Amino acid sequence: MRRLSRAGRDALTDLWLAGPATVMMIVLIFVPVAIVALLSFTDYQFGARSFRFVGLENYTTLFTDPIGRRAVTNTLLYVAVVIPFSMGLALLVAMALHEMATWSRMLSNVLRAAYFLPVAATLVAMALAWQMLLHPSIGLFNAVLSHLGFPRQDLLSDRGLVLYTLAAIGIWQTIGYNMVLFLAGLAAIPRHLYEAAEVDGADRPWERFWTVTWPMLGPTTLFVAVITATQSFRVFETVATLTDGGPAFASETLVYALYREGFVYFKAGYASAITMVFFAFVLALTLLQFRILERRVHYK
Amino acid sequence: MMALREVTRRFGETAVLHGISLEVAEGSFTSLLGPSGCGKSTTLRIMAGLDRPTTGRVLMDGRDVAELTPAERNVAMVFQSYALYPHLTVAQNIALPLAMRRMSRLERLPGLDRLLPSARAKRADQARRVASIAEMLGIEDLLQRKPGQLSGGQKQRVAVGRALVRDPSIFLLDEPLSNLDATLRVQMRAELAALHRRTEKSFVYVTHDQVEAMSMSDRVAVVLGGRIAQVGAPRDLYERPENRAVAAFIGAQPINLLDVAFAPGESSGPFAALAPRTASTTPLPARATVGIRPEHLVPAPGGAVRARLEAVEYLGAEVLLHLRADDGQALRALAPGDYAPPAPGSEIALAFEPRHVHVFDATSGARLALGLERAAA
Repeated sequence: MRRLSRAGRDALTDLWLAGPATVMMIVLIFVPVAIVALLSFTDYQFGARSFRFVGLENYTTLFTDPIGRRAVTNTLLYVAVVIPFSMGLALLVAMALHEMATWSRMLSNVLRAAYFLPVAATLVAMALAWQMLLHPSIGLFNAVLSHLGFPRQDLLSDRGLVLYTLAAIGIWQTIGYNMVLFLAGLAAIPRHLYEAAEVDGADRPWERFWTVTWPMLGPTTLFVAVITATQSFRVFETVATLTDGGPAFASETLVYALYREGFVYFKAGYASAITMVFFAFVLALTLLQFRILERRVHYK
Repeated sequence: MMALREVTRRFGETAVLHGISLEVAEGSFTSLLGPSGCGKSTTLRIMAGLDRPTTGRVLMDGRDVAELTPAERNVAMVFQSYALYPHLTVAQNIALPLAMRRMSRLERLPGLDRLLPSARAKRADQARRVASIAEMLGIEDLLQRKPGQLSGGQKQRVAVGRALVRDPSIFLLDEPLSNLDATLRVQMRAELAALHRRTEKSFVYVTHDQVEAMSMSDRVAVVLGGRIAQVGAPRDLYERPENRAVAAFIGAQPINLLDVAFAPGESSGPFAALAPRTASTTPLPARATVGIRPEHLVPAPGGAVRARLEAVEYLGAEVLLHLRADDGQALRALAPGDYAPPAPGSEIALAFEPRHVHVFDATSGARLALGLERAAA
């Protein structure tokens, strides 16, 4: 047998390395997505022997049906609240802990662990704790409220508040992860830049932040934004465990609707349409962030 | 004028500076020269106000500046890594110190600086200043680029431009050339020296490269182990090192340091043909370290020093001779490039001028007022 040329052997190695993962990607991700995309144009019910193409009917239902629209707007509102607060608070915490490490490494590490706990803990288990905390009669939150002279609030059953309550839990849960990313970003900023800023007269904390910290965190911020966005679009556990999308669909979200339509009502066609919309939102948001931000953060 | 008075600096248990006292005269080019880890950068950072001394005082024009920030001291600094802001263009990098100094917070706000008439006037003024600096440094074409698109030498110039732009009281340069390639380093050396002449400001230049220190400065402070070993003009350091450590540190070719025993009228080892000569009041030490630079020890028939040739290194302009004296001590001598060395193993006579001999105390290493002269036969 003739030996392959060197370029041929290199190509074969590349195939060996990238091939299996590529095949898995195609079989487990691209093909199912294509099937889901196809199903979203049908009235297929899970287990049914036949289905019929209904065109865009599933999509029009989602965007015209009050409940479907509710799921879309709720999800967008949830994302709009969680992204800025989670990122902003995580950045504040990261900067404080980064600074704190200079005078007490120990305390900084303890707090880091504390902030990271919600990330490591199971959200379903944590939801139980939140339910207790927020309970209208026996919860700590309401005990404090009434102690301070405010009226008691049923945060999980009030139509106007429930989504924000879930958003608050979502923020609480994502801060730790974002904080770790920001801490890594902060640690990578060369010390000389701060010193140059100090010599140049940007020596107050606010000026230091705008001259060095914020611009240098650009790539980290972009990454954190993408991660937080995709994560908050997927909000499900808190909805499923704490509210079931209620009261009166006030906390209905896309993934929860998808779960109910697909796995409770077995409306696979409609659930597929929701999946595609969900997918489109995440993709659009990610692309938007990259387009707007990437040019600005890498400074090339 | 900047002065340090008995400055010490400890980091936890480690003492980095042990009482540094130094004066930087107005308009001088002073180098802090020392091996890495000797404390020269810490000294510079204390001058800048980026670090504070544990004890001791920092004076500028006689005033204690311990409580002043770098900006308030109006120092300019060039960092080894250049420390340019990667998100700003070259023009913005250079203008930043001006904007920080002369514009209010409101006027600096992005967008507002185009709307407010006062901010517009200041921005225009800054742009003119940046343009003139850029022209002086030959970087006019780079003003709209980001630092990521520049070569090392160009970044270096931008960093210098940023230091120049606001007319500082003193320039502090922390190993500014060490990231450049050799050719560029030689070129930038000349440019920095020219810049010093043109600005007539004080420069403090930290380097581990003695060629940089010797060629650019009018004063060099040799920092060794957190202490200033010697301060003086480059020529003084080379011709009259105050102690053994400075003698060993200065010089392209490491100096020969030989252990020599003395008795009245006689010396040991390779200097056996020579007699120690001291001022009548100073006692003659029994032992001392004799230093002589290889370039001052040249083969000459009838030379007073005799040693056996072991190996030869041909360097082009010179020939480096590795020799061994009768008492086993190694010696190195530098002969002109056209010198034809004899076969290894043969004995060579080497000559030197008496003023090129440095004698140091065998224990403390301090310079001794002791010379060697040909013994009366």
